[in-house]
Amino acid sequence: MDFQILVIPGGFSFGDYVRAGVILARLLSAKLDKEIRDFVEDNRAILGICNGFQVLVEYGLLPGFEGISEYPEATLTTNIPQGYNCRWIHIKQENKNKCKFTNNIQFGKILNLPIAHSEGRFLFPKEKEEQLIEKLYENDMIVLRYCDEKGELAEKEYPINPNGSLEDIAGICNKEGNIFGLMPHPERAFYWWQKPNWTKNKQISEYGDGKLIFENIIDNLI
Amino acid sequence: MKYLLKIEVSLKSGHSDPEGETTNKLLTELGYIVDSVDVSKLYTIQLNAKNLKDAKLKAEEMCNRLLANPTKDNYSILIEEQE
Repeated sequence: MDFQILVIPGGFSFGDYVRAGVILARLLSAKLDKEIRDFVEDNRAILGICNGFQVLVEYGLLPGFEGISEYPEATLTTNIPQGYNCRWIHIKQENKNKCKFTNNIQFGKILNLPIAHSEGRFLFPKEKEEQLIEKLYENDMIVLRYCDEKGELAEKEYPINPNGSLEDIAGICNKEGNIFGLMPHPERAFYWWQKPNWTKNKQISEYGDGKLIFENIIDNLI
Repeated sequence: MKYLLKIEVSLKSGHSDPEGETTNKLLTELGYIVDSVDVSKLYTIQLNAKNLKDAKLKAEEMCNRLLANPTKDNYSILIEEQE
């Protein structure tokens, strides 16, 4: 295999028809299932951003409690309140050490990244909700949670939690930590000139917080 | 044989339906006395299959592989044999 990281970016694949991400997920599983399974088994890294996160969930790669699931174990569905949210939000890094994309980012660090989605509400089946949330915590699979600028979790309150996501979840990883999906866009917060209001701030850091995520996975590969 | 499938995908009970709730609000604004609105999707599919049993099996497969997410969706299937 020539590649170390597979990234599925955002972008409303197939117009979000049927459900966001499902058509690309089924197409990938029909055409590349063996290659993707080999990639995962070899512990190589997969990142899904926004629509890419929806693809990973619909594929069964995330949460992947027992490896790749035949059918989706969760969903990223219509925002509550309903509508497209395109703005900068705050999230907190809450993964202890599992996720290969965040293990060098301090626990509790607040990141400022933009979101742009209509279907970002992470949900489990109602009847298994509590049990599966518990499993996410037990296995250190929760990575990013929506919070305010001081780090107070949203507790599902809009607008801090932009979509009504369970447990304020903005990003999770699989049990092995090599597959990571998140609704915010780290690639849109890489350079200083991508940050909001950069013209007004005289002192601004050279890079945005999104760089930390890419830097982290590259450091793990070197 | 040709079959006409009508597959309806709807939300499982207990899940919030923001689209239904928004529609409900507007219908109420328009003066209708509405208790609830549930939104579902209807797929009408022309399918070629060996027989009715095969058509039913394929329809179930379509739901499980693509049309419904078991986390939140229920589905129902109606099958009609075509001339």
